[in-house]
Amino acid sequence: MDRRRWLSGLTVAALGGVLGACDKLTMSAGVQRGLARAEGLTRRVQRLVVDRKALAQEFTPAEISPDFRANGSTSPGDPEYRALVEGGFADWRLVVDGLVERPLSLSLAELRAQPARTQITRHDCVEGWSAIGKWSGARLGPLLDRAGLKEGVRYIVFHCADTLDPNAPPALGRYYESIDLIDAYHPQSILAYDMNDAPLAVKHGAPLRLRVERQLGYKHAKYVMRIEAVADLSGIGGGQGGFWEDRGYEWYAGI
Amino acid sequence: MPPPASTLVRRHGRVTRVTHWINLAALTVLLLSGLQIFNAHPALYWGDVSTFASPWVSLFAAERGGEGVGVTKIGSAYFETTGLLGFSGGEVRGIPSWATLPSYRSLADGRRWHFFFAWLFALNGLVYLSAGLIGGHVRRDLLPAPDQMTPRHLLREIADHARLRFPKGEGALRYNALQKLTYLAVIFGLLPLMVLTGLSMSPGMNAGFPWLPELFGGRQSARTIHFISAGLIVLFVVVHVAMVLVSGPVNSLRSMVTGKFAIRQGEP
Repeated sequence: MDRRRWLSGLTVAALGGVLGACDKLTMSAGVQRGLARAEGLTRRVQRLVVDRKALAQEFTPAEISPDFRANGSTSPGDPEYRALVEGGFADWRLVVDGLVERPLSLSLAELRAQPARTQITRHDCVEGWSAIGKWSGARLGPLLDRAGLKEGVRYIVFHCADTLDPNAPPALGRYYESIDLIDAYHPQSILAYDMNDAPLAVKHGAPLRLRVERQLGYKHAKYVMRIEAVADLSGIGGGQGGFWEDRGYEWYAGI
Repeated sequence: MPPPASTLVRRHGRVTRVTHWINLAALTVLLLSGLQIFNAHPALYWGDVSTFASPWVSLFAAERGGEGVGVTKIGSAYFETTGLLGFSGGEVRGIPSWATLPSYRSLADGRRWHFFFAWLFALNGLVYLSAGLIGGHVRRDLLPAPDQMTPRHLLREIADHARLRFPKGEGALRYNALQKLTYLAVIFGLLPLMVLTGLSMSPGMNAGFPWLPELFGGRQSARTIHFISAGLIVLFVVVHVAMVLVSGPVNSLRSMVTGKFAIRQGEP
């Protein structure tokens, strides 16, 4: 009996030691940098074997999920955003600026008059679940052409209205995302204002959310207020290209 | 009677030995980080999408008298699994902390470990397969010989396995048929299945290869099969290690490290 207790104690201690060592490894900056190298490899190989214009799978209306889950911000408490909701988004404007020839400020009605696309696609959350929804929105590519990207633009940044982490300084607590020009000009990359044939609900990002169908859900920024064309991501938020990227998630979320 | 003399023979080639241990390291990290990832949404579904109200497997927590209770749902059956699944270490978590990498909750860190070691696993597997197919290891050592595939021989092997009786002499020079069939199933079945179901979950790969998730009945089915295959690999490893232990652990381990394997002369 004593021996059994001694043995189980030893097992627990050994296991605890291994776990502690694994956690220490995980928290070491060098290990993180090393592991993160796989992301670049994944991105390059995926871009190599998948055509730049290859479309994400599209589904039939019958396959639309009746229970499309919403997570991240589902009801932003930011006063500016609340005021926009109160006013039915009449005062909402989408700003397109940064390294562009002609900065834009568009109302929802103007955005709805832009070249549009409708698609029924599967939304894959980084957590592991999937849901199918129908999205209609302004195509991002023509919109960027209308603003005219300047020489040297490499990324398109989406600034959002919602504070997802109220404990962080505003620059880090506010949601934002970024994609490169390959995805920005992909035919399925749209700024969606309708979901399942109805205006976007608040929990799904009203009045406008990005759809970048070949990447995971957290890239699909909700509550988009401003689109900024930039040459690099280092000056924005935590510098990693997005709210979740600043918290250790991959910038390239095609996996 | 004096103990039978034994001779050392060359058992495993260098590529087999090196890739075996890299594979073990990679699979260990993949399993533990995979369970960390699973904890972000510990539920499984069939088809393309998640039917949140009716997962076929889910791990969750409930409350009874102010205490957390872990619950595992499989099909329509519910099991109380407090301390192991659903609720453990005083917190709501699908898989307990001792079985995840890292032990604390971090989907981001779990993904980093998983995808780095997924590359290592895949590249290591490619090295093994190309060397095994070109060098003849697969044909010579893994494909069962005709004499091993007769019903009579197979029945004898099953009986021998049940009694944990294994050849120590000439007969140990080659894998037995059950062993060969199991290795073939793992090498050409389970492990490639892990890669394919893993890739099926990648939205980037889906755009280029939409038939991939469809092959498994949809992305959520692929995720489910990924999970079940991982369980079967664990089962294989448990049996594999048990067989090593009962058939002579020192000899088996040495042969997978140095390549040298001892066989007893004058024995079957």
